[in-house]
Amino acid sequence: MDQPHKWVLAEAIHSMYQAPLYHLILEVLLVIWILRLLFSKSYRIQDRVPLTKSEKEALVLDWTPEPLVPPLDKTLSEAVPYRAVNGQPGKNVEVDGRLCLNMASLNFLGLLGNLRIEKQATQSIKKYGVGSCGPRAFYGTVDVHVELEEKLAKFIKSERAIIYSYGFASIASAIPAYAKRGDIIFADEGVCFAIQKGLQASRSKIVYFKHNDMRDLEEKLKHQEQLDKKDSKKASVTRKFMVVEGLYMNSGQICDLPKLVELKYKYKVRLFVEESLSFGVLGEHGRGITEHFNIPIGKVDMISGSLEYALASSGGFCCGRAYVIDHQRLSGQGYVFSASLPPFLATAAMEALDIMHENADMLKELKYKGRKMQQLLNGIPGIELVGYPDSPAFHLRRKDPVSFKEDLQFLQDIVNKCSKNDLCLTIAGRLKDEELNSNWPPSIRVAVTVKISDEELERAANIIRDATV
Amino acid sequence: MSGDFKLEKNGNANGKIFNGLNGHQPDLDKKAFQENFEPTPLHAAILTYLGYAIITVFGFIRDLMRKYHIEKLHAATEDPEMKDFVPLYASFESFYTRNMYNRIQDVFNRPVCSVPGATIDIVERKFSNSGWTSEYTGKVLKNVINLGSYNYLGFAENEGTCTEAAIVTAKKYGAGVCSSRQEIGNQDIHMKLEQTMADYLDVEACIIFGMGYATNSTNIPCLVDKSCLILSDGLNHASLVLGCRLSGATIRVFKHNDMEDLERKLSDGVVYGQPRTHRPWKKILIIVEGVYSMEGSIVNLPGVLALKKKYKAYLYLDEAHSIGALGDHGRGVTEYFGIHASEVDIMMGTFTKSFGAAGGYIAGNRALVEHLRAHSHSACYATSMSPPVCQQILTSLSIISGTEEGRNRIKQLAKNSKTFRQGLKKIGYIVYGNDDSPVVPTMIYLPCKIGAYGREMLQRGFAVVVVGFPATPIVESRVRFCMSAALTDEQIEKALKAAEDVARVLKLDYSADKSLSC
Repeated sequence: MDQPHKWVLAEAIHSMYQAPLYHLILEVLLVIWILRLLFSKSYRIQDRVPLTKSEKEALVLDWTPEPLVPPLDKTLSEAVPYRAVNGQPGKNVEVDGRLCLNMASLNFLGLLGNLRIEKQATQSIKKYGVGSCGPRAFYGTVDVHVELEEKLAKFIKSERAIIYSYGFASIASAIPAYAKRGDIIFADEGVCFAIQKGLQASRSKIVYFKHNDMRDLEEKLKHQEQLDKKDSKKASVTRKFMVVEGLYMNSGQICDLPKLVELKYKYKVRLFVEESLSFGVLGEHGRGITEHFNIPIGKVDMISGSLEYALASSGGFCCGRAYVIDHQRLSGQGYVFSASLPPFLATAAMEALDIMHENADMLKELKYKGRKMQQLLNGIPGIELVGYPDSPAFHLRRKDPVSFKEDLQFLQDIVNKCSKNDLCLTIAGRLKDEELNSNWPPSIRVAVTVKISDEELERAANIIRDATV
Repeated sequence: MSGDFKLEKNGNANGKIFNGLNGHQPDLDKKAFQENFEPTPLHAAILTYLGYAIITVFGFIRDLMRKYHIEKLHAATEDPEMKDFVPLYASFESFYTRNMYNRIQDVFNRPVCSVPGATIDIVERKFSNSGWTSEYTGKVLKNVINLGSYNYLGFAENEGTCTEAAIVTAKKYGAGVCSSRQEIGNQDIHMKLEQTMADYLDVEACIIFGMGYATNSTNIPCLVDKSCLILSDGLNHASLVLGCRLSGATIRVFKHNDMEDLERKLSDGVVYGQPRTHRPWKKILIIVEGVYSMEGSIVNLPGVLALKKKYKAYLYLDEAHSIGALGDHGRGVTEYFGIHASEVDIMMGTFTKSFGAAGGYIAGNRALVEHLRAHSHSACYATSMSPPVCQQILTSLSIISGTEEGRNRIKQLAKNSKTFRQGLKKIGYIVYGNDDSPVVPTMIYLPCKIGAYGREMLQRGFAVVVVGFPATPIVESRVRFCMSAALTDEQIEKALKAAEDVARVLKLDYSADKSLSC
């Protein structure tokens, strides 16, 4: 029995002499490696260690979550209380018990309280009831929706339109329908919150450019072009979009659409324009910023608008070419997964559209009044006026900002003083901590409606001037 | 406390679960919680996959034919000026839409031209070129019995107290508001509705929003942030999923209505904390719905509440389909189980289904509601609810909560749901879900039967909702009947006869146990 052992050992030693050099070196290295592993520190288990049931129960008992929301008194002390509006807002509004001139509602064409609209809405309720009781796919498509979409498309002179039941949801659903993970979106810094939510939901790479600064945008587009040249295979499947607003909600400025269209074709970037404020305000007939700059609407890939401001109804819409818009009927989340717009609101919007169509000089008068109000408020010491000169919605900011809190208080004091003199203004609502740009200065958003007379504008301007002293 | 039940492989429970968790009402632990999810029969599954395979093959062939211009291209195309741009859609993305959905388009998006009550008028369309082009024939199909709209308590009416009150409000307030709640859109009618809703649900306060979808997507981000954990049911609605995503919190999905899986994930969440750092979570939020409209199932609320209390999590209950439809007074799934609303941290619901209006609400204690008033995205940036819609809700609420008529409607809905379900089961359909839910999903499985069912029922004078992939798993296409208190016994009988007829024609009696009735 000893023979095999000796034999194996003798064989082994013998073969060692005979083996090639590299083999021996390899074997020695292997032995060194094994010794190293044996004597190094044992592998630390980073991953979960199985705990016993009682340990787990103890951990569960120990853990205390944060309260769901901050305590009530803290919330109440920090929040600005809602103002109580009684009855219907119009040119005048009853706020907190006083009847004031209304320069806070975005009621540009003065259609709140219009009798024609009221009559049509009432007849619609008599025919369809109030709710539509279903999403568009499941018997929620009422003939008035189809009619409104056709009317909007015809009015704006685009091929197709699609209606959403909520203004906020239209652009917030439209952007993620086209832009997915891996795509690039160039967005203006000052875009409104709904667009920000749409950008967040899309999971694309977002590149922000300075507010309304076309040079900054072009620089960023150029930079992206250079990156694309390096990796052209990836670039050929990466979609690129630009998102801007026609009339910015946060600053009252208008975008430079001719330059944007030029950049679109130069750098092959699709253009989405959000026209919530500019629909029914800009352009000779109220068709929006494309009419204002005289650019054929086919040059813009998608326009998203709202029925809630100039048309004084509820809901939103998107319009553009059929190739682009039809996609949203299956991919627009706010369209597919939500009940459709109540039929009477669609009827009200159609009537408002008709009124706007018939009275094109309303638009001229609106621009005139907006310009006049801005001129009257220009040059108030301590106040800076921000906005496109013809815009009926513009912002008043503190000229020499101190701190966010103090500036906000300063503006709030102005609003309160104006209230006492029967003029209703509002601070532009912002959730400072949720917004992309938390350094955006607080402002008062003044909204001029076409129904206000010149004397009332002057009186209002004097009240504001007195309130800033 | 869950009785003996065996889990099917897709996580559904088939059996009885006893509710013995609420000590307040002693006789409630005898209430049986019965949900049925009969597993897919093998032959149906095989035929379904085969069906999809055939459609896919033909889809490829048609796409090739369209590419080489053998078949005419009817779809809209990109602007020729933009042909150098990166294509807007991936070519495969709309394969399903082009080759499957388009061909049965006539059962979806049917335009209506009347109030969506017990009967509805449908505008007839004619489709040609395999569904690519359509036109209105000019005919209107009148008085089609409506089994598809969300009209649980029958408030989709164009005459009666609700309508008259809404008209008065439209004359007084108009249609729009033009401002957000935080600015100058907070009208007296909104505050009245909030108070009334809070009283109805027996909670401290309530806040309303103009769109049900936005209620979820704009408020969940205010309650949780990225150092929180969300445990979301597998079948939650798209609005809840979007709200969870936008909040930035970590989302873990538990199997539909499966309390064991939920407990496992809760335990792991508390014990192991955040991934990598193992710091404890700031908050854990469980999100469930009251009634799941695609499955017809009711959430196991006592089970969820017990787990919530044990692990100190918060509960968000989305009662889109259950408010007004369940419970003796229509107060929803909490009343159904005999649980007080204050036990649920966040009660959310919509006004679209049972109240014949639009919009959503969140109710709970005052700290929650005041926090949302100050921080909700919708309250700050979106316009407030239209006043006639508020009035419709107020009137319907007063009918539901105070009057004989309201009680009768609720009873009629419960009766209709039971009768219809039992009737379908007797015919031999596989019916999913809980016997008490007003949503009745029955299985079709095969893709070709989706279109066929919709068309056959319309021919017989019934409007139904058929759903397939991607709203449901690929094998489980179904018909979803929505019961309504407005349907008379006669109409239900007619519907059952038609359903029986179509089941015979399309061979839809899959159920193995034809004697299955509650």
